[in-house]
Amino acid sequence: MNKKQKKVLVRILTAAACMVLLELLPVEGYVKFALYMVPYLTIGYDILKKAWKGICNRQVFDENFLMAVATVGAIALGEYQEGVAVMLFYQIGELFQSYAVGKSRKNISELMDIRPDYANVEGEHGELEQVDPDDVPIGTVIVVQPGEKIPIDGVVVEGRTTLNTSALTGESVPRDVAAGEDVVSGCINLSGLLKIRTTREFGESTVSKILELVENASSRKSRSENFISKFARYYTPAVCYGALALALAPPLVRLAAMGAEPQWGVWVMRALTFLVISCPCALVISIPLSFFAGIGGASNAGVLVKGSNYLETLSQTRYVVFDKTGTMTQGVFEVSRVCPSGMEEAQLLEYAALAESYSTHPISRSLASAYGREVDKSRVQDVEEISGSGVVAKIGGRQVAAGSSRLMDQLGVSWEPCREAGTVVYLSVDGVYAGYILIADRMKPTAKKAIEELKRAGVKKTVMLTGDRRETAMEVARDLGIDEVHYELLPAGKVEKVEELLAAAGPREKVAFAGDGINDAPVLSRADIGIAMGALGSDAAIEAADIVLMDDDPVKIAKAIRISRKCIRIVYENIYFAIGIKVVCLVLGALGIANMWIAIFADVGVMVIAVLNAIRTLDVRRE
Amino acid sequence: MKKTYKIEVDCANCANKMEEAARMTAGVKEASVNFMALKMAVEFEEGADPKAVMQEVLKNCRKVEDDCEIFI
Repeated sequence: MNKKQKKVLVRILTAAACMVLLELLPVEGYVKFALYMVPYLTIGYDILKKAWKGICNRQVFDENFLMAVATVGAIALGEYQEGVAVMLFYQIGELFQSYAVGKSRKNISELMDIRPDYANVEGEHGELEQVDPDDVPIGTVIVVQPGEKIPIDGVVVEGRTTLNTSALTGESVPRDVAAGEDVVSGCINLSGLLKIRTTREFGESTVSKILELVENASSRKSRSENFISKFARYYTPAVCYGALALALAPPLVRLAAMGAEPQWGVWVMRALTFLVISCPCALVISIPLSFFAGIGGASNAGVLVKGSNYLETLSQTRYVVFDKTGTMTQGVFEVSRVCPSGMEEAQLLEYAALAESYSTHPISRSLASAYGREVDKSRVQDVEEISGSGVVAKIGGRQVAAGSSRLMDQLGVSWEPCREAGTVVYLSVDGVYAGYILIADRMKPTAKKAIEELKRAGVKKTVMLTGDRRETAMEVARDLGIDEVHYELLPAGKVEKVEELLAAAGPREKVAFAGDGINDAPVLSRADIGIAMGALGSDAAIEAADIVLMDDDPVKIAKAIRISRKCIRIVYENIYFAIGIKVVCLVLGALGIANMWIAIFADVGVMVIAVLNAIRTLDVRRE
Repeated sequence: MKKTYKIEVDCANCANKMEEAARMTAGVKEASVNFMALKMAVEFEEGADPKAVMQEVLKNCRKVEDDCEIFI
């Protein structure tokens, strides 16, 4: 609790003690009034002051005014106890609310506590100097000690360690890094000393981008939030006039038309009850709190949402469109099959790795990594690259050709076609066909589960768009159980396909597009919701997307949808619950069935319940 | 031009009122207050001087909610 809250707590306790004491004292008349003024003013002086200032500034109708009128009215009618109790419980409610809000604010800022305070730069004599990360130019070597955050994106030049990336990705398994690898800012160095050469300025680093994104998330408000603030603007004056009518109309009608006793006291009291019930606090606080907690909880799970409006749209997602490479697959090429003809698998692989050893193409790298051992380049002679088709080289005196089917044709070698998806490298040794090696982009281990979970989350149709050739696309779609696939598309073609879906979807059926951000920017911004995958380090994706998945895991798409559904469900629960209880109590109050104590529940009780319900959105572990 | 300011305010409805007051201020194109993050994002009209406009914004906010603060 902060100072302000503690002060209020002391006032609440004092006033409550006073009230109990007064209950026991047998006083009547003016003495009783004077004595009750002590707890009343202790607990309510600031509300009265605010209400008065509001009137002076011609901002009459707010909850301070409601409370001031209700309590002053009750006291004027001689209902001292009720008057003080309303004020007391109102303050308890306010205190609870401000405590709950402060607590969740703190929780969320702790979750997002990734801002590094300093960077260690090595001085001339090897001593470490702490400097502001903003002042570190690109290319500086910084030192990160165990337990410290990496302040700026860069490349490891020295050291080996494990990194905790959970603040960024929600992933709890630590990542191992060694010299030569890229590291992003915001990770925590767990074990060893690291020296990092920075590749970006602090302002351009991942940490800064993410913080900027999260801090601005709030300015994009959802429809429910706008509804509530509009609602509050008309609602409070409306109930004030309603209360006035309730106080005046029935007595006047009784007096004029029925010639009966006007019963002013009864009707004024009912009007005051009406005012207490009508306080809009429960709605006004719980809706933004739900969204705030929802966004906070999502970012804890590695899903950054750029605004509450996107959370709302995401909850209505019925169509999910994917890019293939980098989204469903890892975008890393790997040998998936070695199919020799007339020799051992290992030997075929060795020939291929040696022949391609002078090339820097991703394919030759994947061959080298499948080979596993150090490639002895001295065994390779007379390497001749045949542009676009492959290489021919002398290895241990034998002539080895490795490349596409076109190369085999050129050399006049008869070959067996491979019908599987991927890139195929055919080999011949001394002019005789030796087999092929299939290199494919590896599927992400969670890709299949991601599609299943989407289905379970109520997504009607999953669509995959890819620039890849037909066989590869079809095979991936079949393996994963994707409903629809479009292949051999250019970026413009992807936009077209998404537009077709947008046109076909119903009004409450939203289309989400998930891509890895590289050349997907137009599609990301065209879809109802753009989800960028593995966006750590990809600025274009962070810019264009509405939702950013911090790690590459496609399962998070379904998780994000579930989080958004839960958040929206809680928002609606609160709207219906709070308005419902209030309307019922208002009617009961007008009829004289609900007394001041029920009114206090309808005000403070409902607010406490709504706030507690809103805080549930913060917990997203099970979603 | 868009700028974000830290604010201090106690209740959500007061934050809504501040937002409304800021929007009505001359020189402000669009304003948005986030109660949970305690931030006010203001987009200024072209050619407006943010400093002068923000003084006005603060004055108007104080009118609707005297217990508020904007850290300009």
